[in-house]
Amino acid sequence: MVNAKPVYVGVDVGASRTKVAVLDSGKRLVGFSVQKSGTDFTVTARQCLEASLQMAGRAEAAVANAFSTGYGRNNVAFARDTRTEIGCHAGGCYHYFPKALTIIDIGGQDNKVIKLDASGRRTGFKMNRKCAAGTGAFLEEMAARLDIPLERMNDLAARSTDMVKLGSFCTVFSATEVLENIRHGKKIEDIVKGVFFSVIRRVVEMDAMTENVVMTGGVVAHNLYIVRMMEDLIGRPILVPEKPQLTGAIGAALYAMNGSTE
Amino acid sequence: MAEEKKVTRKKIAAAADLNNFMRDYYLELDAAAKKGTPKIAWCTSVGPAEILRAFGFQVYFPETHSAMLGATRMATEFIPVANAIGYSPEICSYLTADIGAFLKGVTPLEKAFNIKSIPRPDVLVFNTNQCRDVQDWFNWYGEKFDAPVLGVHTYRGVGEVTDKHIFSIAKQLEALIPPLEKIAGRKFQLDDLKRTVALSRECSELWKKILDTAAAKPAPLTFFDGTTLMGPAVVGRGTQKAVDVYKILLAELEDRIQRGEGALENEKFRIYWDGMPVWGRLSVHSQLFAALNANVLASTYCNSWIFSALNPEDPFNSMARAYTELFIVRSDEAKETYIKNMLKFFKVDGIIYHDAKTCPNNSNCRYGMPQRLEKLTGIPSLTINGDLNDLRMISDEQAKTNVEAFIEQLQESRG
Repeated sequence: MVNAKPVYVGVDVGASRTKVAVLDSGKRLVGFSVQKSGTDFTVTARQCLEASLQMAGRAEAAVANAFSTGYGRNNVAFARDTRTEIGCHAGGCYHYFPKALTIIDIGGQDNKVIKLDASGRRTGFKMNRKCAAGTGAFLEEMAARLDIPLERMNDLAARSTDMVKLGSFCTVFSATEVLENIRHGKKIEDIVKGVFFSVIRRVVEMDAMTENVVMTGGVVAHNLYIVRMMEDLIGRPILVPEKPQLTGAIGAALYAMNGSTE
Repeated sequence: MAEEKKVTRKKIAAAADLNNFMRDYYLELDAAAKKGTPKIAWCTSVGPAEILRAFGFQVYFPETHSAMLGATRMATEFIPVANAIGYSPEICSYLTADIGAFLKGVTPLEKAFNIKSIPRPDVLVFNTNQCRDVQDWFNWYGEKFDAPVLGVHTYRGVGEVTDKHIFSIAKQLEALIPPLEKIAGRKFQLDDLKRTVALSRECSELWKKILDTAAAKPAPLTFFDGTTLMGPAVVGRGTQKAVDVYKILLAELEDRIQRGEGALENEKFRIYWDGMPVWGRLSVHSQLFAALNANVLASTYCNSWIFSALNPEDPFNSMARAYTELFIVRSDEAKETYIKNMLKFFKVDGIIYHDAKTCPNNSNCRYGMPQRLEKLTGIPSLTINGDLNDLRMISDEQAKTNVEAFIEQLQESRG
């Protein structure tokens, strides 16, 4: 039997993946879906909506409100308003960790560092420059260079005993460095860990890691070893929400619940 | 689907008079170039134009020409041409776009005013107060046209402007006179210089009053208006025509204030812009901010052509002071005091710093200034990466998301 109780939908159309989160009126995550964004954001968003509503056991008529965010936020036909991904990640993270936060989101195409005070008020944010170094796209490029599946990177990095150091800012130059390390017979797991370290170093250069640090995004969701490495680097534990790839979508759903389209 | 709102700023009627001013300015230059008289001097944007006008030169400003290349989105095509002859993509994209366009025989003046080429110089006179790049730029053309290049070398990182600074710059200005007498073929007349300095001062005062109208709530003009309205303040310094056209503009803006009419229909946020405009994105940025009810209403850039120190009774020393009090050559401490005062005067809610890839002298966000000013004033800031002319350095989507998130932050902080 289909549940008719209202739900609130958030859609995060990222450069790499589209994420939909469905919250019930108690702000509980009752459905979600993650799919490749592809080339037709409108269609992908619709498919994600249908899959997540099915998971939630709701018909579309139960959707009380829907907001979209992310790179393709204006392509979501069923969304009634948009918010930026910065606002949505902030809202999504504060929902799980209601305290002063430094949020690190490592996405497919960009990184963000967002600062919240103890009341959840955003006090500042930074995005990486237009270059993709240090993002998910960088990991994809390096996986291709190393001829390994993306999903194996986490386990490989965790096995490393002698991390190689990659010095370049640039994805293309980093790829050259990777090739040089291969040529010198370095172990693949040590190179992968070096690639991971390159990602987190780009992030810590963006802003000071103050207060409680939260990490989110697709890269974190699939590579939790990056979180361990970041903890080592900054010397304290890092918070990770249960579904780190969904915080933007959850934040959008929370905006939808608040209802304002102003 | 949430529609992207398209909002534009209200048009300024006097803009037509300013366009006519710019058209006449370039047509007169072109006529002089064709006829060979009056002689033509090239000058940097804050070079000693008053002296050149006192000698009767028609004065041409390559920086304004290159800004036109940027605004017409032609610049990016020509930058690689200059790169290929040894001018790095990392240096001033005014220089690279302008030299590249020249090498290709192209000028935006053709489409705008049916002028086929930039005017051949009889002399080129720079002041390095903008950057060292202007010297290289003028030297390149000097060699190309076999024309003499003269220059004034500025101080940088100036805290308090002292008599020593003034003495040194004034001496350099005076040293321009003998070679200019030879090139102009006439003796220097102090009274002529006093006259052009007086006109330059009057132009500067009017331009200041024009920009200061943005202190009104709502502001009657935007930074994006200012970047095009500033033409006479740059190329017309020392002329009566610039003074006349600014009187018309000021009257219109004062009338707007009287009627409570803002440049935006619903001004909710007041923003200060530090750094160069992104010339090829003026319209896009104007619409982006307007759609968010945010008025970028004041800037360091437009205010950089205010020279309150100019005094016709003491022309050399006062020019030296005016050029040395200039924001761009000051210490960070002096710059921060300046911006802090501007934020207060214009009742600003947030600051945008434009980190222009090829213009370090106009990118004030690289040594911790945004953080220091935010701590001092409590006014939040955003840095966007871009460039004045090189559109390859720009990610429109990143800039848009950054700006939207910043205005969202300002909105949420109001509760």
